[in-house]
Order: sequence, then C-alpha cells, then structure tokens
Amino acid sequence: MSLIIQGGRIIDPVNGRDREGDLLIEKGRIVKVGKTLSGDRRIDAKGLWVVPGLIDMHVHLREPGYEYKETIETGCRAAAAGGFTAVACMPNTNPVNDNGAVTDFILTRARSAAVSVHPVGAITRGSGGEGLAEIGEMAEAGVVALSDDGRPVRNGQLMRRGMEYAGTFGLPVISHAEDLDLCAGGVMHEGVVSTRLGLRGIPSVAEESMVERDILLAELTGAALHVAHVSARGTVMRIREAKARGLSVTAEVTPHHLTLSHEALLEYDTNLKVNPPLRTEEDRQALIAGLADGTIDAVASDHAPHNIAEKEVEFDQAAFGMVGLETSLPLLLQLVHEGRLTPVQLVERMSVAPARILRIKGGALSEGEAADVTLIDPDLSFTVDAARFYSRSFNTPFLGRELKGKAVYTLLRGKPVYRDPVMKDRK
Amino acid sequence: MAWGKRKDLLGIEDLSREEIEAILDTAESFKDVSLRKIKKVPTLRGVTVVNFFLEPSTRTRTSFELAGKRLSADVINISASSSSILKGESLKDTAWNIEAMNADILIVRHRAAGVAHFLSGMLDCSVINAGDGAHEHPTQALLDLFSIRERKQKIDGLTVAIVGDIAHSRVARSNIFALRKLGALVRIAGPGTMIPLGVEAMDVQVCRSLDEAIDGADVIMMLRIQRERQEKSLFPSVREYARFFGLTRQRLQGAKKDLLIMHPGPINRGVEIAPDVADGPYSIILDQVTNGVAVRMATLYLYSGAKR
Repeated sequence: MSLIIQGGRIIDPVNGRDREGDLLIEKGRIVKVGKTLSGDRRIDAKGLWVVPGLIDMHVHLREPGYEYKETIETGCRAAAAGGFTAVACMPNTNPVNDNGAVTDFILTRARSAAVSVHPVGAITRGSGGEGLAEIGEMAEAGVVALSDDGRPVRNGQLMRRGMEYAGTFGLPVISHAEDLDLCAGGVMHEGVVSTRLGLRGIPSVAEESMVERDILLAELTGAALHVAHVSARGTVMRIREAKARGLSVTAEVTPHHLTLSHEALLEYDTNLKVNPPLRTEEDRQALIAGLADGTIDAVASDHAPHNIAEKEVEFDQAAFGMVGLETSLPLLLQLVHEGRLTPVQLVERMSVAPARILRIKGGALSEGEAADVTLIDPDLSFTVDAARFYSRSFNTPFLGRELKGKAVYTLLRGKPVYRDPVMKDRK
Repeated sequence: MAWGKRKDLLGIEDLSREEIEAILDTAESFKDVSLRKIKKVPTLRGVTVVNFFLEPSTRTRTSFELAGKRLSADVINISASSSSILKGESLKDTAWNIEAMNADILIVRHRAAGVAHFLSGMLDCSVINAGDGAHEHPTQALLDLFSIRERKQKIDGLTVAIVGDIAHSRVARSNIFALRKLGALVRIAGPGTMIPLGVEAMDVQVCRSLDEAIDGADVIMMLRIQRERQEKSLFPSVREYARFFGLTRQRLQGAKKDLLIMHPGPINRGVEIAPDVADGPYSIILDQVTNGVAVRMATLYLYSGAKR
C-alpha cells in the first residue's frame, strides 16, 4: 500500500528542491518525488511544508536512572510531536552511558520508541574526567558521538587523548565547553542583571576559553570537534575563525539562546536557569547572525527534563535546564517569520546538518531512502500548554506563550508517529 | 501619604521615591513609641507575624520582633535549627505550613538570592524580605535613609560612599537603589575582586581607592568584611585589607565636620573600621540600630494593611 503526500511545499536542500510537489511513499521508503503522483492513500499537504524529518542532536532522555523526569518512550513521543524523527541522547544517565552494555540497553528500549535514537557515549569513565571510557566497544554498540555533556573534561591532556582515540573509531567529539573554575558555582550569566539580582555569575570567558582550548586540540589531533550549545558572542567569533582555518569544527545553538536573554531572569524564574546561561541581547544577536551565516551549523534543543520539585526551590538550588523538544521548531519558525532565517536554512540547521555532523542517515528526501518526513504548518498559531506535552516534564519558561507555526504530521519510515488534531480536518 | 497598598516588600528596587518617603514618614511617627515608658500601642492587635530566619541574625531578627511586639502583634520566631528544614522539608512546604496557620506577615531571611520573590509568588500573606543572599535587604536601607535624614534633614544632593564587599552585599544593593531614588550621589570602593561586573549600570561612581571615595563625602557606609571570603581569593589577608580599605582616624583628617559614619553591623573592629572611628564623633552606628525598630514598625504597619 502506498501513501502520497500531496501538494505541499517540498523543502529538501540536499537535493536542491524547494517547490510544490508530491511525495510517494511505499514500504516505508520514499519512492518518488514529483508532480501529480498517485497512491492508495493520500495526505493533503496544501499550505504545508514537507521536509526531511528533523533531527535533534542534543537531548537528555534520562533513562536509565531518572525515569521520573523522562523515559526513552516519553521523550521520543515529545520528539515526534515536535517534528523530529531522530534524536541523539546524552550519556549523563545513571549509570552513565560509558560502556557497550548501557548503549545496548538504550538501543533496546529505543526499538519501540516513536523516533530513532542515537546514543552519545561518554568520553571518560563515568564522565568523571579520569581515564577514557570504553569508546571502541560503545562505537560497536552504536554510539554516534562522544561527550561528557554537563561535565566538561577539565584535563587538557585527557581531552587530547579522547580526541585522538575517537578518531580511530570515526566518532566526532562534542564539547560541553565550560571552565568550571571560572564558573565558580555561578547560576546565571555574569553581567548587569546578575549584579542587580545578587546571583553568582558565569562569565562568557568560561565558555570561550574552553572552546579555544578544544579548537586548538582539534587542530593538533585532527579530530572532528562539535561545540555544544554555543551561548556567547566570542564563541561564535572563535568558531568562525577556526572554520576559516579549515578545521573540522561544527557547532550548535539552542532555541532558547536564540530567543531569550538574561533580562528575562529579573523575576528569578527557575525555568530560565540553564547551562550555559542565557546571556546578553548582544550575544543573542551574534548567535542569530552566526546561525544565519553558517558559522553555527545546527539547532539542538538540549531538552533537559526536570521534575517540578527540582525547579520549585531556591534559585541557587534549582536544577539547570529546560525541556525543548516540543517548542524547538515553533521558536525557530519565529526567526523565519521575522525574516532572520529562510525556510531552507531552517531545514538545513534542523535536519541536514545534524545528520551530516553525526554521520547518520536522514536529512534528505531522497528516492530509495527511509521515509522520515515532517509536515509543518508555518502559520498555525497555538499556545504552549503543559497539558498537551508528551514529555514527562514541563520545565519551560514558554508555557502560556502564543507561538506561530508547528509540526502537524511526523512520519518515521512512512508510519505516522505524530498527527496534530488539525490534520483531521483535511481529507 | 502616598501608599499604594503593596502586598510584599521584596526589595527597594520595586519602590518609588514616594513610597520610600511614606515609609520613612510613618517611621517618624512610630519612633516615639519606643521612647515612652510603656512601649506598646494596640495597632496590630490580632495580627500574626512570623519571623522566618534561615540564616543567623541577631540585630534584624530582634528588631523585627520588638517592632511587632511594640505594635501588639503576635510574633513567633522560626530559625533553621528549630524548623523542619533540618528534617529535609522543602522551603515551599515549610512556607505553606506556616501560612496554613494563618500568618499575616512572613518576614524571611535566607542565604539564597530570590527567596523572597519565590515565597511571595506562592503565599497569600505579606512577605517582607529581611535579607536574601546577595540580593536585597530593604529594611536595612530604609533605616539607613531614616538615620541620614534624621541628621541631615534631607537625602537629595548628599554624597554617600559605600566601601567594602559590594559584590556580595545585599546592604549595598538596597542602599544604592534607595539613595539613587532619593537623589543622593553614590560612590563605591573596594578591591577589584569585590566590585561586581556591570555595577556602573546601577548609576554609581566606582572609585579606585578608599581616599578617593571618602574625599568630601557627607556619609560613609562601611560594609562588614567576611573573613571566609579570604579563601576564595577575594583578598589576600585581613591585615592587607585593613591597610588599604580600613577606615582609620588618619584617613578622616580632611573630613567634613558633619560627616556621618555608618555600618550595618556586626562590625569587625580593626578590619574595615578602626575601634576609635566606630566609637568616635562621626559614628551613628548605634542610632541605626535604634531607628531600625521604628522603621520596621512602619513596615509592619503599612504592609499589614495590604491583605485586609
């Protein structure tokens, strides 16, 4: 039985397509892209964008160990609802994903999940920063990258060894860049707002100096370095320079760093406590510019579910992070509506680049490939509502926010994994 | 009198000049209650005031307690060691339980900035901030203004130097907001490690030395130096701190005749302030303590009206 997605705007940068057309899917694969095709079943996609399934290359699914925050199942359902067909999950679970057995466990659980799961393995044992994790075994089991996300590798020599060793197995190294000594227990960006609020600050140099170290190590070792969640203007500058020098350096930015700045913290909302912190308006503008000119390759949500009990506490005690899978695309669409990003660029940053960086399938609507497809209604207005979240947690400052545009239909290997109620009105 | 019926006193930053003056004017009328033979008026009879202090405090807690009692309110004290926080109860649950006992005013002191905001958002009773981390200590600034106004009859146009660990001081923040709103010029001084990033945006003049800060000043506020900070490399030694930022008689040789020297207490004699200066002619350190009760009576009175 075949399925035809008819009359949508097909945006597929890899194949140089941005025009109205039909997509024919059979046995979970794209068999034809073109005009006036016909099939057994049909989805009316008039007015919608038809794009390669979005990929979020930086999420925390919390399983194993923190199932009260999120599970592989709930996190993947949230991903599908947000228009994603694949996610890469960070290793800071309990136990840490630092060996093949944990990787196997995650992939076993992921078999019945709504979207594809690509585990990221730890660089060091237990992400403890002392001694390499069993990277080869994890590579065999299926990790797509390495990172001690949340806990930077403080020891420069160990980071160097990690990069050299990762190269043997063809894995990129994702840097959570943060000099913990300079962070000094800070809880927000250090600047005029932290000074007003009396909260300990995290200076931008804590990120910049570590990114510079890792760029130099990538140059020395030839490793593929990916910088996670860039937050500071100076970091964008350093990545731009590294790319100009021809280094294999890529970077991602979160939707919240693109849309919020530290002034938002004036009421001590713990849902705005994230790491790296929200910085100044000047930083935010530099991030948008970096995303538009390609210095920053990808958008990743850093989806970080936390239970309400970990957020309804003193600001100093609150956990870092916010959920993002279900608001990531709508927030990026705001930048498209504002004319800061083109639709093609959005698809490149949210699908093409993550696939390329992680060296996984996807990111294109090529004939013969798996039908991982997302349908987006760029003009559908909705209010962010915790009651409608698929995620087990709802720690986000965007609750109640009116946003325009979202995913309305997500297909994984040709099967619907999310369908917005508005799709019922289409025949 | 310009009083806008606010529920909570979270910080000076939220208040208008008129509101600050209204509190100070009210405090003036309450000051003489403490000078009478029978130091009690029935104003807040039937009002329950809870002193919720999760950080050590003598002056502020006692001052609020006396203020409440002199207004005939029922005052109870809860400290960290006597509360269920020690048993692992969350701050939210403890606060809800206190409110469930029908407290009208909750006075809170906590080591984390933003706690007063946090509690005000979830409680119906009035919340008064008695110091939250390095954020604000509004009643301290109000009593400081009251003490200055009592001596100088005005705040407008005065030059006030605040010296010490500005970065970690809630007293400094509240006073900077309050003094600027009432038209004083504010200078700050301290070692570079104690001057927070971007403080110029709070409309103060940053001075490089103690002498530069106090030259021609009308008021000097010295802040307490916490010796623990030495471990975090904020200063190399108490000895060196005292030498460069301690207020001594020699440094005051060119001072104005009517200079006021203030300190929120507790003082470290011989560190930020020399003993003979603390006890000397310019010092109004104990007046500040006396006025603290009157200012807190005014605060309790005005904010108790907010709920009903």
